[in-house]
Parts: sequence; C-alpha cells; structure tokens
Amino acid sequence: QVQLVVPMAVVFAPGSVPGDLPRPLPFRDVQEMEISVNLRTSVTSRYEMRYRSTTGQEEAALAAATAREADAALHPLQDTTLGSLTMYVVPETSSLLPQGINVYVGKHRSALLRAVGSLAALQARLREVTQVMSFTATSMAAALSDRVPDGRLNPDARRDLKSSLGYEITFSLLNPDPKSHTVDWDIEGAVNRYVKPVLDKLSLVANFSVDSQILYYAVLGVTPRYDKESSSFLLSAHSLPHVINPVEARLGSSAASLYPVLNFLLYVPERSHSPLYIQDKDGAPVSTNAFHSPRWGGIMVYNVEAPASPQASLPLHVDVDMARVMEVFLAQLRLLFGLSREEVPPEFLLEGPGNEGLADWELDHLLWAHTVENIATVSTTLTSLAQLLDKIGNIVIKDDVASEVYRAVASVQSAVTKLSLGHLHAAFQASKEAVTSSERAFFDPSLLHLLYFPDDQKFAIYIPLFLPMAVPILLSLAKIVRETRQRKKEPTKMD
Amino acid sequence: FQDQAEQFFRSGHTNNWAVLVCTSRFWFNYRHVANTLSVYRSVKRLGIPDSHIVLMLADDMACNPRNPKPATVFSHKNMELNVYGDDVEVDYRSYEVTVENFLRVLTGRIPPSTPRSKRLLSDDRSNILIYMTGHGGNGFLKFQDSEEITNVELADAFEQMWQKRRYNELLFIIDTCQGASMYERFYSPNIMALASSQVGEDSLSHQPDLGIGVHLMDRYTFYVLEFLEEIHPASQTNMNDLFQVCPKSLCVSTPGHRTDLFQRDPQKVLITDFFGSVRKVEITTETLSLDRDVAGFES
Repeated sequence: QVQLVVPMAVVFAPGSVPGDLPRPLPFRDVQEMEISVNLRTSVTSRYEMRYRSTTGQEEAALAAATAREADAALHPLQDTTLGSLTMYVVPETSSLLPQGINVYVGKHRSALLRAVGSLAALQARLREVTQVMSFTATSMAAALSDRVPDGRLNPDARRDLKSSLGYEITFSLLNPDPKSHTVDWDIEGAVNRYVKPVLDKLSLVANFSVDSQILYYAVLGVTPRYDKESSSFLLSAHSLPHVINPVEARLGSSAASLYPVLNFLLYVPERSHSPLYIQDKDGAPVSTNAFHSPRWGGIMVYNVEAPASPQASLPLHVDVDMARVMEVFLAQLRLLFGLSREEVPPEFLLEGPGNEGLADWELDHLLWAHTVENIATVSTTLTSLAQLLDKIGNIVIKDDVASEVYRAVASVQSAVTKLSLGHLHAAFQASKEAVTSSERAFFDPSLLHLLYFPDDQKFAIYIPLFLPMAVPILLSLAKIVRETRQRKKEPTKMD
Repeated sequence: FQDQAEQFFRSGHTNNWAVLVCTSRFWFNYRHVANTLSVYRSVKRLGIPDSHIVLMLADDMACNPRNPKPATVFSHKNMELNVYGDDVEVDYRSYEVTVENFLRVLTGRIPPSTPRSKRLLSDDRSNILIYMTGHGGNGFLKFQDSEEITNVELADAFEQMWQKRRYNELLFIIDTCQGASMYERFYSPNIMALASSQVGEDSLSHQPDLGIGVHLMDRYTFYVLEFLEEIHPASQTNMNDLFQVCPKSLCVSTPGHRTDLFQRDPQKVLITDFFGSVRKVEITTETLSLDRDVAGFES
C-alpha cells in the first residue's frame, strides 16, 4: 500500500491552450491510478499537475530553432528535484517538433508536446509521456516481482539487476592468441573519460567500484563455424549461452566485497578464427558484435583487421578503439539496469543522453523502481523475521538486533511517507537505510536455531536419567503418606 | 532452434549454485567423499564455476595416510576415474563441516569475517543443487559421528531461504540410508527432491577395491555419475530420466523422489537447469553514442 506522488507542471505556450479547459489557468489537478500487484499489495500513482502558462523567459527559450536547443535553454528555468516532471505544450503548427513527431523527450526532466484540441486528448498524451518518463504498471510489477502470483508475471520480467547498495564492475580483455596479437587497451583512460561520468551520475543509486584485468589463453567454450560466403567465422545465437562458462571460472572477483559483479569482456579472436561475427536468431550478423546476459554482464568481440601484407611479422600490435568498445559496454550497462528505449511509441523522439550515459528521467525511473523494491524487501524481511521469532520462542534477541529492527521500521515508514509527499530522493535514501538495517537484523549470526527436539528424543533422554533417581524418592514419599494416614486413623494411641 | 531457445527462457533462473556436503569422516567412509567429489566433478564439467560451488568434505581421503594412491580419489575399482583431479577447491574441510556451519551457509547467517568462497551468495533467480551424503536414519543425517541434522531443521532452513528468496528452484539429492525420510518434511515451494532409498531401506555401497581396501562409491551415486557423464552442456535430457536412474535391480534399494512442491513439470526441467550453468543471453542491439572529444577526468 504505497502511494507514489509525482509533481508535474504542464506549461502552455501561447497558442497551444485547448479550448475546453474547466477553469482559467493556472489551476491544479490530480490524477490517481491504482496498480494492484496481488491481494494485499498495491501501488497507487498520483500525478499532481499544475497547469499554467509560460513565463516570458520560457517563451524566449521556446523560440529556439530546434527542440534540443529549446530543451537546453529551458533546463535552468525548471524544477529539477528528482522525480518531478515538466511538460511544455507547444502549438500544433509549431516547427520546434519535426514532422510526424508529437512528443520530444529531453535529457533532463522535461518534454515538449504538440498541442491537441481537447483537454481529454491532451491528458491522454500526457499519460503516455509519463509512462515513458517515470514508471509504468509493468515496471512496478517487475520491482515487486516476488509478490506477483506466479503465472501472471512473464519470466523475462525479472531480469533487471536487483537493487543493491553497490555493484562491482570488472572489465576483462581476453587474448587467446598472444603469439599473434599484442593487444593494448588504454582501459584506465577509457574509464576516466567515458565510464566515470556515467558512474558519477549513477552514484545516486549505488556505490560502484571498477577493476580491470587481462586474461591470456582464455578461449570461448564454442568453436565458431566457418562461412564461405562471407569468408568469416560465425557464432550462432543458440551457441552463445555456452560461451561464457569456461571463461567465468577464470574471471575471479574481489574477495572482500559481497556486491553483485558485472563482467564486461572484450574478446580478441585468434588469428585462425578471425574475423568472428555473432549471428542473431535470423542468421544476420549483429552490428555491435556483442551480447549480454541478464544479471551477469556482457561480451563484445573485437575483430582485428588482417594485416596489409601477409608477411607481416607476428605478433601484430593491436590498439583497441576504446570509444567504440565503451559505446557498446555502456549500452549493455544500461540494458542490465533495465533502461531500454525500445518500447517507445513511434511519434516520440527521445534525446540521446550523451556522455552522461542516462537521462535525468531515466535516473528517476531507476530510483522509483529501486525505492519500491527496497520497501517491499524490507517489509517481507521484517515480517518473516517476526514469524521466525514467534515460532521459536526461546531464541535470544540481542540488543543490537532489536535496535536494527526498530531502525528499519522507522526508515521504511519514513520512506513511504516521503514517497507520498513526492520527495523521491529522500524516500530512496530512507529505503536504502531500511534495507541495510533489516538485512543486518535478519542475517545476524546469533539468530541460528538448532533447537529442534522431537518429543521421543526428549523422553529418551530424560527418562533414563530421572526414572532411577525418582524411584527411591517416590517410594519414600509413598511411605511417608502411608504413615501419616495410619497416624491419623489412630490418633489417640499413646503409651 | 526456436524451441530450444524458448526452453532456455522458460526456467526463469539466471545463475546456478551447488552445495555439496559429505558428512562422514574416517577412512572407511571413503565412499562418501568419492560420492561428493563425483557430483562436484560433473557439476564443474557442465559449467558451474568454483565461485558458485560450496564444497564441504568432512575428511581428507586423498591425502589420508592410509591411501595407497595418494592425491587420488577413485570412483571405480579399475581406477578409471580419479574424481579428485587437479582442480579441487574445498570450501569447508574436516572439522569445519558441522550442522551449524551447514545451516549458516544455507540461511546466510554467517559471521561477517567469512570469505566470499565460503558463502552461498544466491539470489531470487538462482537454481541451487544441494547434494548430501553420509550415514543417515529415519529423519536424521549424521554429521562427523558426533551430531545430527533432522529433517525438520532442514525443512525449516529451506523455508528461511524461501522467505528471503535465496533460491528460484532447489534440487535436493541425498544418498544415505533411509534417505527419503529427509525430504518428507519439506514445505517450501519450488523444491524437488531425490533420495537413494525409502524409509526402512538401507542404501548400499557399490564395490570394494582390493587395492585401496575400502568400498569406493555408493550404488546410487555411482549410477548417477554414469548418467551424468553422458550429459553435455547443450543436452536436452530432463528430470524424468534422472528419476529412472538406478532401478531396484541395480541399486537394491528403491530410489524415491518428491515433486509435489515443484511448480514445473519434471518432464520440462532440464538436467542442465541444476547441474550446469547455461545462461540466458540477449543480443545487444543498442549502442550509446559517445562524444569522443571529451576531456578525461583526472583520477
């Protein structure tokens, strides 16, 4: 029973106001929708909309030539709190949006919409945009996946990375043929230039640590097929699942951290198997030459061009084009987190996020999903902890376990309250604290119960001990009782 | 091909773990260590890496002073298969194999100083294989000749795992006397269990080796190993075939299984869903466009 509040501003440029407004601008409106996950869990979304007309500065910004420039100009003028959205409605005839495009979604938290005649149609379009920019019923169901009754949830829906306090990213270069190729990759430079900006933006969501390694003589598990037509080697789509295993054993991971590991592998094929292309299900070569596995990471095949002269001396020196590689790895990182742009309606134009890796609204998307997931995890954990402690009456609860439980309860209540007020950032932080505390309480080593004694064992242990001891005691008790009873019968017998 | 691809997606797991436990010590219980090591070897061969296997061996047979062939553990009397191999990583050894440590591994209530290799870091999308072998009785399994774990404790441990969603599906295999009693009390969903003998029956060992002087393997695990040697990572063999392994004529005891808690039909469950590690993959079709002229951040 969580309420998600999204503060939204709908700003009308001159000439775009629909004719059938119920009240003159500015006014407020609320749209609520319930997403029911199972009998006892439901998420209510509440969009608090403020309709108003543009200010002078905003009008000037909207007079820009392209949508991208307008978006950049509008950015300093809008509300940038996490979770909020601003929609600018431009006249139907405006040239800001290209032909056939009705909605332009920018890099930050705003979108430009083409006006429509009636308020109802505008609200339908607004609903479509909010589905893209904040959360949908499907993304909420995926975040609450363990509560959805089985059968209703598509098995593919649980493939995004679970919310965690941190992630470990490992970049590995696999060189199976060092005799033919000496591969140089400037991974440190690439991480600083391309990966760090993305991770800095994601630092709001979790802590990231990055390492890299080079593995020699690491081969893929599958032998590629030679294709005469294209004179290249091909890896078919259905052999890809078996590629990862032999390599995985050698990848290693940090012994100290318990965070999930994301592996990104760059494979330089052997000279005898070059060039190597990956085929998709229809047999066409994949343009990125890469594939990824949910919750694990991604692999990219980097083909080395054949040397100009066949007598070139081995080993060949290979300088990896890190930008091309990082474009693929960072795209895979986005997909692992569930940030895909594939299910967007055709009349939408989405601005690319550039070097930051993800747009502000995509960050919000992650935060909504992770906050809801954290809250659900905490309530399941605390409920099951309470059930465990009920069932086993004589477990001792240490003071620090108790205080962690209290802290978890307080944090999760605060998270739910903040969500209902629309403070996404504060709600997310509170939900993270709640998860940390509840996990610490649940997994405390002292809560181990080795206390099952079946009844027949109790008898078997205690009877041989107490029965022989009890026999003389009971007999003498019986004797005492008999004597007192006799004395009572003849009370006056005295000598 | 389409059908094969769809199969991979139906099981819903993204990673595999294995917890393999041998609970007996002393030289004459050589066969229990050999049992566990054969399952370990199959599981590694089919793709599960050491980082995802928790191997608990209660005694060291390969380097036991009574072993006439040191650094080997054989599964067959002709010494055909050395299941110890070159590449064994034992996580809990010797006196560390206790009921308490076993339950700690399963439930995750481990002291914070425990290294990563000794933990079961599974999540809600992990399929876990749990194999236990040793001496057992009606409702209990003996650990190290000094303590025992009851079927109720095991069922409760699995329930704790389910509450915290530490598994997607669990396959429990036990090779002890009266093994079926150990899975009688399970009540958590998504568990499939196999045992080498019914309540009241003893599981028998396979054959002694006169050179080594002890029985090398238990019958049930011997035939399971033979069955697994024919499985490769892409094989489509399903669980129903595993249920047929070791009929009464070969095993003398009657192997049993329990699938009522399991949601999928065993016919559709691949052996590699639990014994191997076949990952779901997706072709990457999107790329991010990066501005190459950006200046780097100084670290």
